[in-house]
Amino acid sequence: MARLNINGKVHDVQVEDGTPLLWVIREQVGLTGTKYGCGVAQCGACSVHINGEVRRSCMTPVSSVKAEDRIVTIEGLSPNSSNPIQKAWLEHDVPQCGYCQSGQIMAASALLAKNKNPSDKDIDTAMTNICRCGTYQRIRAAIHTAAKAKA
Amino acid sequence: MKTAAKQPNLSRRKFMVATAAASGGLALGFSLPFGADLAQAQAPLAASPEVNAWVVIKPDDTVVIRIARTEMGQGTLTGIAQLVAEELECDWKKVTTEMVTPGQNLARKRVWGDMATGGSRGIRGSEVYTRAGGAAARMMLLQAAADEWKVPVGELTVSESVIRHAGSNRMTTYGKVSAAAAKIAPPDPKTIKLKPYTQWKIAGKPVKRLDTAPKLNGSKIYAIDLKFPGMLNAAVKSCEVFGGKLVSFDDAKVAKMAGVKRVVKVDDATVAVVADTWWHAKTALDALPIVWDEGEGAKASSATIAKNLESGLTSNDAFADTTIGDTMKALAAAPKKIEAVYSTPFLSHATMEPMTCTAKITADRAEAWVPTQNGDQALAALSETAGIPLDKCEVYKMDPGGGFGRRVTIPDYVHKAVNIARQFPGIHVKMIWSREEDQMHGFYRPISQARMAGAIDAQGNLQALHIRVSGQSINAFSNPAAIKDGKDVRQLQGLWKEPGDAQFGYTVPNLQIEYAMRNSHVPVGPWRGVNTNQNGIYLECFMDELAKAAGKDPVEFRRTLMQKHPKHLGVLNAVAEKSGWGRPLPAGVHRGVAVFMGYASYSAAVAEVSVSPKSEVKVHRMVIATDCGNVVNPDQIAAQTDGAVAMGLSALFFNEITIDKGRVVETNFHNYRILQLADMPKVESVLAPTHDFWGGVGEPTICVVAPAVMNAIFAATGKPVRHLPIKNQKLV
Repeated sequence: MARLNINGKVHDVQVEDGTPLLWVIREQVGLTGTKYGCGVAQCGACSVHINGEVRRSCMTPVSSVKAEDRIVTIEGLSPNSSNPIQKAWLEHDVPQCGYCQSGQIMAASALLAKNKNPSDKDIDTAMTNICRCGTYQRIRAAIHTAAKAKA
Repeated sequence: MKTAAKQPNLSRRKFMVATAAASGGLALGFSLPFGADLAQAQAPLAASPEVNAWVVIKPDDTVVIRIARTEMGQGTLTGIAQLVAEELECDWKKVTTEMVTPGQNLARKRVWGDMATGGSRGIRGSEVYTRAGGAAARMMLLQAAADEWKVPVGELTVSESVIRHAGSNRMTTYGKVSAAAAKIAPPDPKTIKLKPYTQWKIAGKPVKRLDTAPKLNGSKIYAIDLKFPGMLNAAVKSCEVFGGKLVSFDDAKVAKMAGVKRVVKVDDATVAVVADTWWHAKTALDALPIVWDEGEGAKASSATIAKNLESGLTSNDAFADTTIGDTMKALAAAPKKIEAVYSTPFLSHATMEPMTCTAKITADRAEAWVPTQNGDQALAALSETAGIPLDKCEVYKMDPGGGFGRRVTIPDYVHKAVNIARQFPGIHVKMIWSREEDQMHGFYRPISQARMAGAIDAQGNLQALHIRVSGQSINAFSNPAAIKDGKDVRQLQGLWKEPGDAQFGYTVPNLQIEYAMRNSHVPVGPWRGVNTNQNGIYLECFMDELAKAAGKDPVEFRRTLMQKHPKHLGVLNAVAEKSGWGRPLPAGVHRGVAVFMGYASYSAAVAEVSVSPKSEVKVHRMVIATDCGNVVNPDQIAAQTDGAVAMGLSALFFNEITIDKGRVVETNFHNYRILQLADMPKVESVLAPTHDFWGGVGEPTICVVAPAVMNAIFAATGKPVRHLPIKNQKLV
């Protein structure tokens, strides 16, 4: 049994303590925008925000999340895809297959929340999510665009 | 951006219905209560009739363009819609798309043609009939207006879905005449004239993709995300050793674990745990005692496989696909002879979405939701495995989270999912492979080696070239019938003498190109770019070794040999110009070049690279020129070029699938490292289209990425790079 605050809504879920938060979000809560990619916190497809920090939910046991922790998934990032990162992603036509993009957007929006004008070096350090389609060049450009729009 | 915003932002509930609706050949936009039987949703509904198989126009002028090829990120969906819309003369802002299903294609005598999406054929393989489909629909819509107004159709004009008759100053729109147009007989194909590219207004332009919006907010449903009432989840494990068999499993040990429904045998080599959730299924699978018969394959290792390949470098069993002059004699007599051996490893596709498939089987109907590059084949696999006739089967194609060739040749994951679902009749069962299962059970890019020898005369001209490729054959594994008289020319892709698809681009007076087949127990298949990757490295890196021996600039050396191959030369010249070849670079930065042909397109790359004393390589910039004949969407070609660089550099620097005790060693991204953003160079895509043919886009550019960087490293260090990946190699 766990109580989770996801996208501002409280969910009581019946799960074993060791269950990764990713699978609770996907299978119990039913939000499937957060993706499974590797299960070992290497690829970042499962990235969510917990209290504003980007976290890889596939290696985050549900028991480590407190009831008062604020979890935000891609579905709760903004109403109508209005986060500056989402708008910039649309403007640059970033996604190809799109599978990793929830995680990329969560990582990029967490970066921008902390660092209003990230340098290329800051982006290099923060954006370690894998994109097999290779959209990295557009991700970098879109983060710069979003930073300018926010300024 | 405007067009992307037009995409229907389907809720999950509506999505289920939409998926089913596509099979009825109907437009989207209606809804049923969640959980309604999908079969019901396939009954004909009161929606706008189609003008023809490709085009539905609603009363509000919304245009629905039907897409048969798979969209897995490569942009084919948008590109085909551009081609149809171009001939249709419709308002691009009102264009949406829907995927047709394999069952519907079969029922309508394959009216949408081949659904397979591989070999970079999505657009070049369907451009004629998709454009003709748009043109035919336009002719029918105009005829409908002419009939209504009782004027000759030749007096009408149309632009952006608005039909006008100047003589009577009347106008109407496609939406208003589409119902009447649907009743008009289609035009004689001989009367359909397609526009020359010079008149294009939508095709050829960098319009935004039509499928972006739902990828930004989590609303896009991939196969792994599907949910159905009462659905069960399956986790699978196959024998780690290729060719091994499942002997037994002790299901009593996991029967009482949380959520477990049943443990089932899937096939000779695979077991599955089926549970209420996938996490429960996977947890129980990890705890399940399983006995395997690993078989002969367990004796194999990377060392034994490499030894077998080495034997093919000098053996007598090779066949020569190209024999010009007397290469052996010329090499023996050469004043300067250069020799080198190269090697490339097995590679996995590592699509971000691992293999997954959902199936529901009843006594007389079979359905599967499949992220496939090959819808027709998935349907056949469903029917065959379920034992249910084709006309009682349907496949709902899900846009794959990456394909790269993994989902095109053998529908192994469809067979497995259906074999599981058969044991739970009437219930949707979703099978998901773990990343480890995906890495350990792929169809890998074949391992290969090459022995190269070249003769340079006193004037620095290339007099003779001998290429011997030794390696595993894809056809031997998956399509032996394609091998004629024991000669598998496919493995020499990019070195072929025939023009048109993947031609060798140099003129050499004495030339011999050979292949010796050396197979292993490891399953192999097409991997983005297929054999152009390995052959591009062998030829183009050796060309730089020869240029250096000849004392010539690598671009000049190639130009001399390419005079009879103007399109190869064209992309070389384009990339040399745009990269600033020959101009000074910052201290420590060096250039490398490569040119190759594949999938009917010509590609050339220049890489700018620096190498530290500790052998750390930094790729600063890559300029890649492409001649794919006609350009449908330059922005999407640029995106594919980015992708080719990312995947090509991953393979060059980090990736290899090695074998120990018959099984794959690299089981997840911790030891199969994928290139990250920080490693991505600046990429410039240069289009050099000649407009006289239709070439592919998704695959052709990847084969020049690695050799251009390898040649830049050679320029920096003076030592050629001959073996991939270059991680852990001392370069300096």
